[in-house]
Amino acid sequence: MASPNMYRYDEFDAQFVAERVAQFRGQVVRRLAGELTEDQFKPLRLMNGLYLQLHAYMLRIAVPYGTLASRQMRKLAHIARKYDRGFGHFTTRTNMQFHWIKLVDVPDILAELAAVEMHCIQTSGNCVRNVTADPFAGATPEEIEDPRPLAEIIRQWSSLHPEFVFLARKFKIAVGATPHDRAALQWHDMCVEVVRNAQGRTGYKVSAGGGMGRTPYIAHMMSDFVEREDILAYLEAVLRVYNQDSRRDNIHKQRIKILINAIGPEEMRERVVREFEELKRMGTLQLPKEELARIAAYFAAPDFETLADDMPSGDAAFENWKKANVHRHKAPGYAIATISLKAIGQTPGDISADQMDAVADLMDEFSLGEVRVSHEQNLVLPHVRQRDLPAIFKRLQAIDLATPNAGLITDIIACPGLDYCDLANARSIPIAQTIAKRFADLDRQHRIGELKIKISGCINACGHHHAGHIGILGVDKKGVEFYQLLLGGSGAEDASVGQILGPGFGEHEIADAVERVVNYYVKVRRDGERFLDTYRRLGMEPFKNIAYQEQLSAAYNG
Amino acid sequence: MRLITGDAFVEDAFTTVPDDAPLPESGGAIVSLTRFRRDRDILLARNSPVGVRLLASESPEHLGDDVRRLSLIALEFPKFRDGRAFSWARMLRTRLGFTGEIRAVGDFLYDQINYQRRVGFDAWEVPDHFTLEQFRRALTEMTNVYQPSTDGRKTIRELRGF
Amino acid sequence: MAATLPQMLTANRLKDGDVLYWKGANWVLPLAEGEVFSDPAAAQAALAAAQKDVTGNLVVNPYLFEVRAENGIIRPVKEREIIRAAGPTVRPDTGKQATGKQAAHG
Repeated sequence: MASPNMYRYDEFDAQFVAERVAQFRGQVVRRLAGELTEDQFKPLRLMNGLYLQLHAYMLRIAVPYGTLASRQMRKLAHIARKYDRGFGHFTTRTNMQFHWIKLVDVPDILAELAAVEMHCIQTSGNCVRNVTADPFAGATPEEIEDPRPLAEIIRQWSSLHPEFVFLARKFKIAVGATPHDRAALQWHDMCVEVVRNAQGRTGYKVSAGGGMGRTPYIAHMMSDFVEREDILAYLEAVLRVYNQDSRRDNIHKQRIKILINAIGPEEMRERVVREFEELKRMGTLQLPKEELARIAAYFAAPDFETLADDMPSGDAAFENWKKANVHRHKAPGYAIATISLKAIGQTPGDISADQMDAVADLMDEFSLGEVRVSHEQNLVLPHVRQRDLPAIFKRLQAIDLATPNAGLITDIIACPGLDYCDLANARSIPIAQTIAKRFADLDRQHRIGELKIKISGCINACGHHHAGHIGILGVDKKGVEFYQLLLGGSGAEDASVGQILGPGFGEHEIADAVERVVNYYVKVRRDGERFLDTYRRLGMEPFKNIAYQEQLSAAYNG
Repeated sequence: MRLITGDAFVEDAFTTVPDDAPLPESGGAIVSLTRFRRDRDILLARNSPVGVRLLASESPEHLGDDVRRLSLIALEFPKFRDGRAFSWARMLRTRLGFTGEIRAVGDFLYDQINYQRRVGFDAWEVPDHFTLEQFRRALTEMTNVYQPSTDGRKTIRELRGF
Repeated sequence: MAATLPQMLTANRLKDGDVLYWKGANWVLPLAEGEVFSDPAAAQAALAAAQKDVTGNLVVNPYLFEVRAENGIIRPVKEREIIRAAGPTVRPDTGKQATGKQAAHG
């Protein structure tokens, strides 16, 4: 079994997680005995990732900055079999969710997770959530440095932070280090980008106030350069201003995006600077470079073999998979391989226990024991040798994980929706499946090119519909599921908010509307234009007309 | 309601006085910020400790320099979900240098007591059924902490020797 | 006077999250076996009676929902309750629909 270069718990981390498990075990006992009411217990279980959903409890397991070791993947497979229905779901925050959990089993599940250095701490609740990062971190040639050491430092600093565990709402942080944003940074409550200043010094650009939900916003820059040693003080300053100044009177107006847009980014920066300068003076949050180096050592580049670039060729199936799913690696002779969890007609992001075990084997044999989870609900083998790609592809085919659609139109993000979720208004998965089947032809997918469809079953936007090139939002209109179409959103470095076209489409109309819109794009695009580019060039009007063409002609023809 | 400070139930040396009620002859009095602003001179002229009870929306900075003249500040949790008071307590101990009693009042969970103590609370107004055993458990469930706070406790990083 | 739709009473079992339906003074798993209240007052009375199981830490969040009879089969009005009674539409091999603990015959 390969041991990847990632953070490893020491006895303090292990004790922390073990005590948290014991604490929750006690809370469950007290809940079942009635010493805690549901109202008192709910925030406690949420801060351990446990929701009560449509059919059962749902447990959300943290996958910090999307990084998993093979023994952790095997443990997830084991939990899926022993405590759930043999499958799990990777989310847009790179966490793992199980939908069929019993409350009484959760303490044991948490203990099992702790044995492989995993936990569910703060995967829900009004607190700092899982810190996410580029799934290609440590492998892509584009990055200034691996962002994950900072993500790990943020994770520890935010774990049961006494001042910030009862924020006005959830607080999501993402960290990046590349010009190409694969982690939707600008959509986060706060994001940190590793940057170099004019003097060549490496530091951090911090932005805040992004968010989805009822009122989508892109983040505003708070500081274009925070020195490395100051970063925790700066982040704490932002959290402090948020905790003190956010509204608490209307649950729909309590994210930091609302605060920043209400007082303006300039005023926000001033408030943050005040807190930051005080924290700097106090000095307790300074991050010594030795500590950053110590954590970074866990993530040191693996010992890559000395190889030359020599990409193998194969049959059409392999070539198609290579074309979409394989990306350049910083080490010669290596590659980054995406395992799409978007098989046509299957549930986006779902993976069976058997598939998890098979992926764990692939991790050990071909990827130095490591896999990443992307916010697009796919898996990534970060360090594979180019020469192994044909063997990897063959093994993926054997377990139905070889769908060659990474980044293509059938690589759809979808939340669990009304099939699973207590908060949902409409089903999202069947819509994703219908659309995927409609566009299944691979040649057609490549002709269409990069097109990100994102589907949410309710306004909470777990499916990131605001950030879809094509976004779909399920709504409940008088008890019937309707689907609003949004166009022009982006979760990349060119972040933008999708625009709603108009009234919703019925369950049996939405795929047609999407197809009309896509066909129109193919017809009018200029050379090199992605769907997003053509949309931005032409604006909503022509797309709106084509989307509602059926409705308009029906109205016209009586 | 009962009062816990240190590690024990104690008698409350203060009376919480409604805005429209007369102040007690003697003994500590806790008043709202509104009342404090209105009757400040009277309150401070009394030969007894003065406390102010702040709503979750009221930053201690509203007290200005008077914070130094107060013996107690009660920070209210209108609903346990409203965590502003954690920042107010922290502000009192650090920026404002307050050394008097910071009392948690209102609706809070036993699970919050540990966090409250870390940010500077040192007294808790708890329901009658609340036991010292629960209080001690709340404070001891988690042995170590990752981040610094006003309690000055060594963080895990410091324990690691870094 | 407007006719109201019949109602049923549902909750989740605390210890395992199972979806339950009120029947008599008790709870059953299959929706088809649950009690249907044509009289709103009876529905409210059942909801009140169910509170004992909340304070008794057996169930959480009991609530009433509307149903209608279609060809002799009781079906919830809302999609959410249909799915909640049967299981996810995208995984017919999971949930009550898979174990037969869901709808009746009729």
